[in-house]
Amino acid sequence: MSAEDTKISAYADPERLVTTEWLAEQIAAGAIGGPDGMVLLESDEDVLLYETGHIPGALKIDWHLDLNDPVARDYVDGARFAEVMGARGISRDTTVVLYGDKSNWWAAYALWVFSLFGHEDVRLLDGGRAKWIAEGRELTREVPTPTVVDYPVAERDDAPIRAFKDDVLAHLGKPLIDVRSPGEYSGELLHMPDYPQEGAMRGGHIPGAKSVPWARAANEDGSFKSREELEAIYLEEQGLTPSDDVVAYCRIGERSSHTWFVLTHLLGFDAVRNYDGSWTEWGNSVRVPIEK
Amino acid sequence: MTDIALPASLAEIAEDFRSASNDLKLQLLLEFSDELPGLPERYVGHLEQLERVDECQSPLFLTVEVGDGDSLDERVVNVFFDAPAEAPTTRGFAGILHEGLDGLTAAQVLAVPDDAPMRFGLAEAVSPLRMRGMVAMLGRIKRQVRAKTAA
Repeated sequence: MSAEDTKISAYADPERLVTTEWLAEQIAAGAIGGPDGMVLLESDEDVLLYETGHIPGALKIDWHLDLNDPVARDYVDGARFAEVMGARGISRDTTVVLYGDKSNWWAAYALWVFSLFGHEDVRLLDGGRAKWIAEGRELTREVPTPTVVDYPVAERDDAPIRAFKDDVLAHLGKPLIDVRSPGEYSGELLHMPDYPQEGAMRGGHIPGAKSVPWARAANEDGSFKSREELEAIYLEEQGLTPSDDVVAYCRIGERSSHTWFVLTHLLGFDAVRNYDGSWTEWGNSVRVPIEK
Repeated sequence: MTDIALPASLAEIAEDFRSASNDLKLQLLLEFSDELPGLPERYVGHLEQLERVDECQSPLFLTVEVGDGDSLDERVVNVFFDAPAEAPTTRGFAGILHEGLDGLTAAQVLAVPDDAPMRFGLAEAVSPLRMRGMVAMLGRIKRQVRAKTAA
């Protein structure tokens, strides 16, 4: 067993993460694509990054165009999700491996949306796009043509893993994790450094929220820290326990999807919800309490 | 949408995009990203001499040079951009503006309508939220031309 495999086997849900080595073997064995194969999806912040070169056999999924409703600030409905999946050759029982840029922010976000629809077998490539490239592995501009399949229209089930503003108001006093940068948490910045267009009218954080920037869960190469290291942060330092009811938030819910994944699948927390309205909703809302 | 016409160079690019399917639009944008010229020697390592466009999702730097001449119709504008390879959408937007604006006169650049980036039919291919960066780039280019020709 490699050191990476040993690391992964210690997580609460080891089947949720795969290594670059494992993926390379699957690609070589022809296990990606095809009627019974796994489906590999790239999910990035930049809508064109996939086109510049991607892991052989990977298809693209875009958070704006494929997962967000084009009109309302919400996710797509079951019918549209079924189209998005079916068009990529994904059936309800297909194993989907997601990876992306920026330490898998948008890959974790896609995984969380897939989970809203109850897609069972969805995994992340540990380290994402950056680690694959850093290891000198192959990229291609060749776009596969999947065979379209029928994906059932699954009802989106928000309640277990998604929190809305009213849920958060009712949650005040229970564990909240703010995963933004320290400047955003303190209220010094009204937006994330480099992202001024996603700002808010007010700065600060939701009362009682603890500041645990998402990146603390990631290594330099974009992979996740070991279970032991993660427990030191979330359990020992923050005093959380896996049975806690936790809400995580950031600015639009993508960085907090990363933390949601860490708490739920790597540390085995039972009840973690991602508040996707996050600071761009809370910091623009009238008369909600704010702490600085 | 205003009725002010685009300069021929930009109008031609806009027509190419508008007549393309969404997939083809992304391919076209990728070509502009791939072909965005690097910075000339005098700016390499001197990003502080360029203006940072904060509205882009990834950092982009640009600067404008305006040649000599007696009037705005004679002074030629050159634009220079720097954006990382990991930000191909931003690079693609810069590539379109480079191809469409570089070599025009100051008068022509200043006459480009502010809504020009919305005339490429790109919003549906990349999502409207991502178009802000290109609008901001055009705004900064025009502002620099205005500043560098005011005397």
